[in-house]
Amino acid sequence: MTATATQAPELSFSDTFYTSLFDVADGERIRTCLQCGNCSGVCPFGYLMGFPPGRMIAHLRAGRFENVLESDSVWMCVSCYACTTACPKEIPLTPGLLTRTKEEMLLAGNVPTELQDALMNSQRYGNPMGESPRKRSLWTKGLDFEVPIFKEANRHVNVLWFVSDYPSYHPRVQLTTQAMAKILHILGVDFAILGPEENSDGDSQRLAGERGLFEMLAEKNGKAFSKYDFDTIITSDPHAYNAFKNEYPTLGISYPVQHFTEYVAERIDELIPHLEENGVRRVTYHDPCYLGRANGVYDAPRTLLKAIPGVELVEMPHSRSTSLCCGGGGGGMWLDGFQWEKAHVRLSEWRIQEAVNVNADILAVACPYEPPRFEDAAKMVQGAGRLVVKDIAELLADSIGDMD
Amino acid sequence: MNIVVLAKLVPDLVEELEINDSGTGLDMTWLRLIINELDDHAIEQAILLKEKSPAHVTIMAPDIEGVDDILFTAAAKGADRMIKILGDFEEGMTNHALSRVYANILPDLNPDLILTGVQAHEDLDGSVGPLLAAFLKMPYIGYVAGVSIENGNILATKEYPGGLNAEMSATLPVVLGIQAAETPPRYVAVSKVRQAMKSSEIEEIEASELDASGSTLVERMYTPKVGEGATILEGDLEEVADNLIEIFKEMGVL
Repeated sequence: MTATATQAPELSFSDTFYTSLFDVADGERIRTCLQCGNCSGVCPFGYLMGFPPGRMIAHLRAGRFENVLESDSVWMCVSCYACTTACPKEIPLTPGLLTRTKEEMLLAGNVPTELQDALMNSQRYGNPMGESPRKRSLWTKGLDFEVPIFKEANRHVNVLWFVSDYPSYHPRVQLTTQAMAKILHILGVDFAILGPEENSDGDSQRLAGERGLFEMLAEKNGKAFSKYDFDTIITSDPHAYNAFKNEYPTLGISYPVQHFTEYVAERIDELIPHLEENGVRRVTYHDPCYLGRANGVYDAPRTLLKAIPGVELVEMPHSRSTSLCCGGGGGGMWLDGFQWEKAHVRLSEWRIQEAVNVNADILAVACPYEPPRFEDAAKMVQGAGRLVVKDIAELLADSIGDMD
Repeated sequence: MNIVVLAKLVPDLVEELEINDSGTGLDMTWLRLIINELDDHAIEQAILLKEKSPAHVTIMAPDIEGVDDILFTAAAKGADRMIKILGDFEEGMTNHALSRVYANILPDLNPDLILTGVQAHEDLDGSVGPLLAAFLKMPYIGYVAGVSIENGNILATKEYPGGLNAEMSATLPVVLGIQAAETPPRYVAVSKVRQAMKSSEIEEIEASELDASGSTLVERMYTPKVGEGATILEGDLEEVADNLIEIFKEMGVL
């Protein structure tokens, strides 16, 4: 008996990995990489990565991707979409190459310890900081009005407010959450929150390479969403916004979603009569990666800021699609120690320096990662002593006169 | 090398603990359970040993809600056999009773090495390791942070207070109370755990009749009362800070 079938050549790891990148939307564009190096140049940590995106592709094409996986270079990636935006061939580098590489690193167990803790906490408690799920709505205490919880309201509600992790638990970010509640309250929005039934949206865990964990968290949230009757989701967290808009639908969980700034910008005429001048302030705005670059929402936050009496809006050199990352994305929120060891700079300090350079009194933000990150950075940057970091929700709420 | 790791679930301190109506234990209704941290280290140590030289690793745990998760997670890390012990454990049990249950099952598994966490925060009547070693008439080394095996002997690094370490050897079979694995317990991707759920099985073994003789009995459990002489400063951060400054001024410190 003779075997006549010719055996298919065995695929190397580099080959199978390369092919797997085609599964991402527009993934096949990686074939068209010019090796121009724009991605590596624009990457905020590209100068110290052993394998910035362009070099990753070079090694992949040379069949030597093992070199990339043996280094810990990719853990410097903050999934900020700068490379993806700069790429002349429009290769989806952030959602494709970089995220897939982190997934391989995670499966191989090559994960910095501090990131493991956040992932384990997300698995156990549904939030990366390891707080009690039962305490998820404790931030509502201290408000002088009721924040309805779906399970208790048990009726049709217009808006499901997905509060998210840091806005629920982080003591600094809770202030922005309370401000947002105040605005929804004064606008008379019919809203409710999930309270303890809410889990982390999982987007940053996904971008840190933990796809399975993301799916598990999405299933839990999807189950909670399906229990209740509502028209739309709003959230102050651009990462949750990105997940619900672009990722959950691929898992069959599909609801209309708006970022808080979009939702309020549509109702700005109702809010303006409540806004009073709170002194003249020079305000500059930081575009969060997952609101701006990843999802193209640039104008709504600015509309809100311009509506505040006394606010003079000035732009920093890096704004809109060239905005500088705060360093918290793609797992960066949980890799501060690791990244500090490698870089001895914080990305958030560059941003603060720009805010100081344009003589801003206030750095306005629209992402829950940012108030703590930028306030920490402001302590380290010369001349930033009087710079105030405020979420847009806080600036609006501070301008609302007495509520009655 | 046949390694058996004993793991148990303990109350997770992320939630406030409440005392049950009879005032003799914790109210289990709202309690969230978590793997005893040092048992997690024991699992890690077993996997590390297996990665160094061929070994068969069995993980055994009493059947309490959440036990499947810890067994499948161990399988995803590389454990070969997972056993849960069926019995009435939900309301908690003493370590004397648990150790006797283990001691009745273990001889059938022919272990060369038995690993368990050196202690758990809910231990009231001694820890499992030494009790089990006594029931099985095996040597025991506790507070172990580092294990190697040479020519059928175990070499264990034992931690003492004050920064002292000792190297101890014993002839197999032996029971070790693990203080810390050589590297922290690894994170295993959720997709791998889900894979393990599909590809591996959890065996079930009925527990022998519970015998708690020698255990302590809790007569009363209560939260500590605020002692006299302490002043608790109430209010928000600003108020507390102002108050504190006043007090310091009164005391002449500022």
